Amino acid sequence: MFDHSNTLPPRPGVGYKPQHFTEIMENPAPVGWLEIHAENYMGDGGRPLAQLRALAERFPISVHGVGLSIGGEDRLDPDHLARLKHLVSWLNPASFSEHLAWSTHDSHFLNDLLPLAYTNDTLTRVADHIDELQEVIGRKMLLENPSSYLAFEESSWSETDFLREVAKRTGCGMLLDVNNVFVSATNLGYSPQEYIADYPIDLVGEIHLGGHDEDHDDHGAPLLIDSHGREVADPVWALLDITLAASGPRPLLIEWDTDVPDWPVLAEEAVRAEQALAKVDA
Amino acid sequence: MVTQTEFEAALLDAERPVPEGLVDGQGAPAGRRYAVYRNNVAVSLSEALETAFPAVAKLIGPENFAKAAGMYLRREQPGSPLMMFYGAGFPEFLASLEPLKPIGYLSDVARLEMALRESYHAADAPVLDPAVFQGMEEEDLMASRLGIAPSVRIIHSPWPVLSVYNFTMIEGSPQPQPTAEDVLVARPDYDPTPYLLPKGGADFVQALQQGQSFGDALGAAGDDFDLGATLALLLQGGALTDLKRP
Repeated sequence: MFDHSNTLPPRPGVGYKPQHFTEIMENPAPVGWLEIHAENYMGDGGRPLAQLRALAERFPISVHGVGLSIGGEDRLDPDHLARLKHLVSWLNPASFSEHLAWSTHDSHFLNDLLPLAYTNDTLTRVADHIDELQEVIGRKMLLENPSSYLAFEESSWSETDFLREVAKRTGCGMLLDVNNVFVSATNLGYSPQEYIADYPIDLVGEIHLGGHDEDHDDHGAPLLIDSHGREVADPVWALLDITLAASGPRPLLIEWDTDVPDWPVLAEEAVRAEQALAKVDA
Repeated sequence: MVTQTEFEAALLDAERPVPEGLVDGQGAPAGRRYAVYRNNVAVSLSEALETAFPAVAKLIGPENFAKAAGMYLRREQPGSPLMMFYGAGFPEFLASLEPLKPIGYLSDVARLEMALRESYHAADAPVLDPAVFQGMEEEDLMASRLGIAPSVRIIHSPWPVLSVYNFTMIEGSPQPQPTAEDVLVARPDYDPTPYLLPKGGADFVQALQQGQSFGDALGAAGDDFDLGATLALLLQGGALTDLKRP
């Protein structure tokens, strides 16, 4: 229906919130594209779909799924696959992405991105699920790295190798969430810079940035929570600079999902993203 | 190996131990780190209910609501990732809670809130031009079928459900009186709106929803039914889509 040549521009984008509709339509600068959560636009009609149609006339749209449960032990929900296919078909978004996580088990949707072990078995399962999704929606997806609070003793792959191998088997691209890298590295005690160095950077089709909260574990060690409820932290901006130096300019999304601020505050974060992009050569 | 069955069971039941095999970055048991997921699940589901049922939350207060939501989310998780429809069973669940039984209207207020939410996401439909009624023979009208928009919902209640809802949500609304109220939820301009139906109006609209003819719907509405007032509400709410002549 809408033609945005099927790629996101290497500019700042924001996670779309309905309360910002009027301001975005009036003056979106410097925002060049928008991301929506797929599941919020799976009703039959009404204002959400009307707004989305209007936005899609003006902006490239990235559809970001939060409910497919790609890492789930169960088969993918055929009803949900059909809903995704329908949305992608009529909207023809510039990008589709989902998470390396599970959220549904035994037909219960838990509304959170839950972690999985990185083993040969889970690798096969994730790759099969991505193959199935890509077959159904007729396009390649981007896979997002999780924010982790714990690890699995049984894991035999590093996250970066796991992601690289999934991409090799399925042809999918990568959505690199730099805040998630920082959160996971802090929580699990590894270097975020080394993670970026090990990451399949050539496959990155989109970068995410968001705010996190600070907490502590049982031993007083820092435990960062990926809350998307505040400004992006300074060390995450610093990690972004390292990432962009390696990747070159990429579509750069600000996520702010809880305690959503007024538009000027979110636009200010997008300005900062624009400045980060301006520092790197195409 | 930690199965997702184990992981899920302990998520929803804080009495269960954290599954073995979950560790921090140094291989020590995950402990409190697992609680982040427990908290994420409980808070996100509870917040979804609070967003869906703001009047119920106001009527019983935040603490009671949190308790009721916590019990409900452990009993019934969303059946799909479409969170906007989570809580369809919440009105019935509220009615089953012994301590809330004295608030007899609570469950009906919850049903009204769920109806408003369903209406918000319902399919779009054309709006009937009232001019179609002009010059129609009564016989033709009686045999015609009026289409009802997919965004229309009807709440039948023995309680003053709309008055309670308005009194709770809209400042300055009059004190509810002890009377039964039937409510039409319709969606003019994308905004679901509840309207108080005159006596018989709910039966009339439900008959039309079932595809009955205008005449049969009139019969279902009973003797002292105010057709004019009901049609005015339906037109005002954009609840009528088309008129099929016999």
